[in-house]
Amino acid sequence: MTEQKKKTTIILFSGDYDKAMAAYIIANGAAAYDHEVTIFHTFWGLNALRKDEPLTLKKGFLEKMFAKMMPRGADKMGLSKMNFAGMGPKMIKEVIKKHNAMTLPQLIEMAQEQEVKLIACTMTMDLLGLQQEELLDGIEYAGVAAYLADAENGNVNLFI
Amino acid sequence: MKADKVLDAKGLACPMPIVKTKKAMNEIESGQVLEIHATDKGAKADLSAWAKSTGNELLKHEEESNVLKFWIKKG
Repeated sequence: MTEQKKKTTIILFSGDYDKAMAAYIIANGAAAYDHEVTIFHTFWGLNALRKDEPLTLKKGFLEKMFAKMMPRGADKMGLSKMNFAGMGPKMIKEVIKKHNAMTLPQLIEMAQEQEVKLIACTMTMDLLGLQQEELLDGIEYAGVAAYLADAENGNVNLFI
Repeated sequence: MKADKVLDAKGLACPMPIVKTKKAMNEIESGQVLEIHATDKGAKADLSAWAKSTGNELLKHEEESNVLKFWIKKG
């Protein structure tokens, strides 16, 4: 194709399982539309990129508290509605299975396979005390300018 | 209708039919036809829109005992 690829950029601010699912479904759809896709993860959205195994890293007291209180990885995230202290995510995963839809970790894997650019916001990583070792491999680290460089030519731009 | 490749996307939910279609289209040549079988109710609207905006041509679609069938010619 001679023309430049269209771009989709998504900011994932939310750390809710359902909202992240929506973001990743749109991202995968856009990648199938042959768009160049970027998901910029900031604040609670960073938790979608956390590895699920516990790591011992040098951290201060506040950072340790944050690390303990936040979900460790996409699979452990809660729902924005009807979370019911963890029962909600169990139910949603059950219906996902029933309808043969994809779970959030599968959607993230599929996005990486489709070369969706996953970016972690370094400033909010510092605030939440998250280190690169804790996040998935193959992602990029950047700030607002890098995001804007993608977004200013974007055809679809979402904040979730 | 004759197809050069058949994609079975039955039982798959959004966004998988589109993702799989994209992958299968990458494996055929321009002018060849991909036949897709899907059961996702949104597939009809999704595949029509997808074909239109990616420069491919939806030749035909039909429904046969709850299976949606599509024939898309690669542009």
